[in-house]
Amino acid sequence: MPQTISIRIDGELVSALQGQTILEAAKQAGKYIPTLCYFEGLSAVGACRLCIVEVAGTDKLLPACTTPVQDGMSVTTTSPKLTQYRRIALELLFVERNHVCAVCVSNGHCELQNLATSLGITNMRHWYNYPNLPVDLSHKRFVLDHNRCILCTRCVRVCAEVEGAHVWEITERGISSRLTSGLNQPWGQVTDCTNCGKCVQVCPTGALAEKGWAVEEMVKQNDNISGLAHRKGGQ
Amino acid sequence: MKQLTINHVSRIEGHAKISIHLNDEGRVTSTQLHITQLRGFEKFTEGRPFYEMPGITSRICGICPVSHLLASAKACDAILAVKIPTAAHKLREMLHCAQFVQSHALSFFYLSSPDLLLGMDSDPAKRNVIGVIEKHPELARMGIELRKFGLQIIEGLAQERVHPSWVVPGGVNAPMQPQLRERLLSELPGAVASTQQALNFFKSAIASFQEEIDNFGTAPTMYAGTVDRKGSLQIYDGTLRFRNAEGAVVKEGIAAEEYSDYIGEASLRESYLKAPYYKPIGYPQGIYRVGALARLNVADRCGTPKADAELTEFRQRFGYPAHSSFLFHYARLIEVLYALERIGELLNDPQILNPRVRAIAGVNSLDGIGMIEAPRGVLIHHYKVNEDGGIVWANLIVATGHNNLAIGNSIQQVSEHFIDGTKLQEGMLNRVSAVVRAYDPCFSCSTHASGQIAMKIQLVAPDGTVLDELCSR
Ligand code: SF4
Ligand code: SF4
Ligand code: FES
Repeated sequence: MPQTISIRIDGELVSALQGQTILEAAKQAGKYIPTLCYFEGLSAVGACRLCIVEVAGTDKLLPACTTPVQDGMSVTTTSPKLTQYRRIALELLFVERNHVCAVCVSNGHCELQNLATSLGITNMRHWYNYPNLPVDLSHKRFVLDHNRCILCTRCVRVCAEVEGAHVWEITERGISSRLTSGLNQPWGQVTDCTNCGKCVQVCPTGALAEKGWAVEEMVKQNDNISGLAHRKGGQ
Repeated sequence: MKQLTINHVSRIEGHAKISIHLNDEGRVTSTQLHITQLRGFEKFTEGRPFYEMPGITSRICGICPVSHLLASAKACDAILAVKIPTAAHKLREMLHCAQFVQSHALSFFYLSSPDLLLGMDSDPAKRNVIGVIEKHPELARMGIELRKFGLQIIEGLAQERVHPSWVVPGGVNAPMQPQLRERLLSELPGAVASTQQALNFFKSAIASFQEEIDNFGTAPTMYAGTVDRKGSLQIYDGTLRFRNAEGAVVKEGIAAEEYSDYIGEASLRESYLKAPYYKPIGYPQGIYRVGALARLNVADRCGTPKADAELTEFRQRFGYPAHSSFLFHYARLIEVLYALERIGELLNDPQILNPRVRAIAGVNSLDGIGMIEAPRGVLIHHYKVNEDGGIVWANLIVATGHNNLAIGNSIQQVSEHFIDGTKLQEGMLNRVSAVVRAYDPCFSCSTHASGQIAMKIQLVAPDGTVLDELCSR
C-alpha cells in the first residue's frame, strides 16, 4: 500500500499517494489542470506541456502529468505566467501545421480547439509554417490527416498499450516528426491493424477520423477506453 | 491615348479593375476588365478527401456559400453514385431557394438600389444603402425583411447562417423540424407580399432608366440556364439549355456529366478569370450570358403562378429574349417571387418531413460533376478522385466566369455611351460600375479570391497618365 503524503495545491492542503503524479493528485482533489497529450489509462509522456504547473522551490515549470508528488510539495495550477506559457505551447501547435477549423471534421468537438478557446487564444503571434502534408486515405474506414496531427502520441499509446497492435510510431525528428503506420506503409496496407478504431477515438483533434463525415460531424467516443485500459493494467 | 481605370468597382463581391482608354478627343477607344486575384481552390484541395469538398468550397464566398455547398455536394453524390433520398432532394432545393431570396435581396436592395432609387448621378456620399433607408424607408425595410426571411430558412434548416454544414454528400444530415415548417408557412405570405410591392415600385421607376436600358449591355447573346423536363425554370436540379439571341433553343437536356462537350474555357491574358464559351460555336463567338436574366430568357416559364404572371408582363415590355443587362435587376425580383412560391410548394410537399435524408456510401465513381443555378448563374463543380477518395483534380466553373465576356462588352458599350473624357463627371464612372453591378458579379468566387468588395476604375490619357480614379474601399 503506497504511503499517504500531504501536498498543497493552490494553497489547499490535500493528501496524495506516494508515486502519484501531480495531475493524478490534483484530479483526486477535484482540481482542474488542462491537459492535451494525457489520456487517462495510457502511459503519460509529457509531450504537449499544457499541464505545466508551478512548484515552490523551482523556477522550472513542470508537467503535472509526469511529475511525481513529493511530501510537502506546494503546487500552483493557475497563474498569469502559466496561462502565458500554456498559450505559447498551444500557439506553436497551431502554427506548426494546417489547422483550418472551419473545414475540419472535428470543428466544435476538438480538444485542441476547446483548449484554445478556454485560454482565450484568438489569433496567432507567429507565422504559420504551412507545411505541405499528405492525407492518408488508404484505410477502408478511417482517415489520417497529418495536417491536423499534433504528435501527442495518444494513438501510438492506445494502439500499443490497449489494443496491443503496435501500428503507430513516430518517425523522423524535430519539426520533421511524423506519425507513421506499420513500416512506413499506407495505413490501409498494415496487416497488424485490427480496425478497432481506438486511435481514432482517442485522437484529440481531427487528425484521425472516421471516413465520410462532413465538417463538424466527427464526435469522438472515448469514454470507455480509459476503463478498458485500466482493466488491461495500465496506469 | 488616355486611359481610365476603374479599380475596385464598389458594391460588388470581390476585386476587379477596369481600364478605360481615351483618345485625344476624350472619347473611349477601348476598355479592359482585369480580375486581379487568384486563390486556386483547385490546387490546394489536391489530396483532400472528396467528402470535405462541400465544406471547403463553400468557403469560397460568404455571399452564396449555399450554392457552392450544393454544387459540391451534388458532385460528391455522383462520386458515391447514389440517388439521394427524396426528402433530402427537396430540402436541398428549399435551402437553395432561400439562398436565392437572400442573395437577390442583397443584390437589389443593398447593392443596386442606391443607383436605382436615388439615381446614377446622385451625390456619391449618399448613394448607399443608408441613403436609401432615408429616402425610401418602406422599401428598405422590405429588402431587409426579405433577406432576413431567406437567411432564417437557411439558419433554420442548416443551424448556421453563413457556411452551413448541414448539406453532406448523400443528402443532408438532419430532417426538417415540423415547427420550422409551421413557422415558415406562416411567414411566407408576408415575404411574397413584400416582393410584389418591390416589383411594383421597380416597374413604376423603370421608365426613368430608359437610357440605361438602351445602353447597359444590350448586345444580343446566347443565354444558358437550367430547366426542368417541361422547360420550366429549375434552379437546383435542371438540365442545361442554351437559347440563342433570336430566341430559338440551340441545345437542351444537357446533363451535368456532359458539360464539357458544350462548354469550353478560354484563358484570358489580362485576367485570372477564365472565359467559358459555347463549344459548338467556338470562342469568342460562342459568348453567352447566365444569371437571372438569362434564366428567364432560357426557360419557357417559371412554373409558379405569381412569378409567371410577372414574367408574362416582363416579356411583353422587353421582348423574349430580353437583351439589356440592366434588366437583370428586374429579373432578380421576379426570381425572388418564384423562389418564395417554390418554397411554399416544397413546404406543403407531403415528403418534406420524411426523416430519411441521407444515403451512405463509399467511393463508387472516380469522377463526379455537380451542376446547379447559383443566384449569379450556372455553377459547375467537377472532381476526380483516386480509389481512396482523395481529390486528384478539381475544376470549378463559376457563374461570373460565364458572364465574363458579356461583362467586358457591356463595359465597353456603357463607357462609349456615357463617358466624355473632356468633361468627366463622377456619374459617368458610376454607370460603368453600375453595369458591372447589374450582373451582380462575384469576382471573389470566380477567381476564388477572398470575399471582399472592392473595385477600381482608372481613366487613362493617350500618354498613359491616369486622369481619374474611382476607388471603393
Ligand atoms: S484538429 Fe481541431 S484545431 Fe485542428 S483544424 Fe481541426 S478543429 Fe481546428
Ligand atoms: S494522430 Fe491524433 S492521436 Fe495520433 S499523434 Fe496525431 S494528434 Fe495525436
Ligand atoms: S498533458 Fe502533460 S504534457 Fe501533455
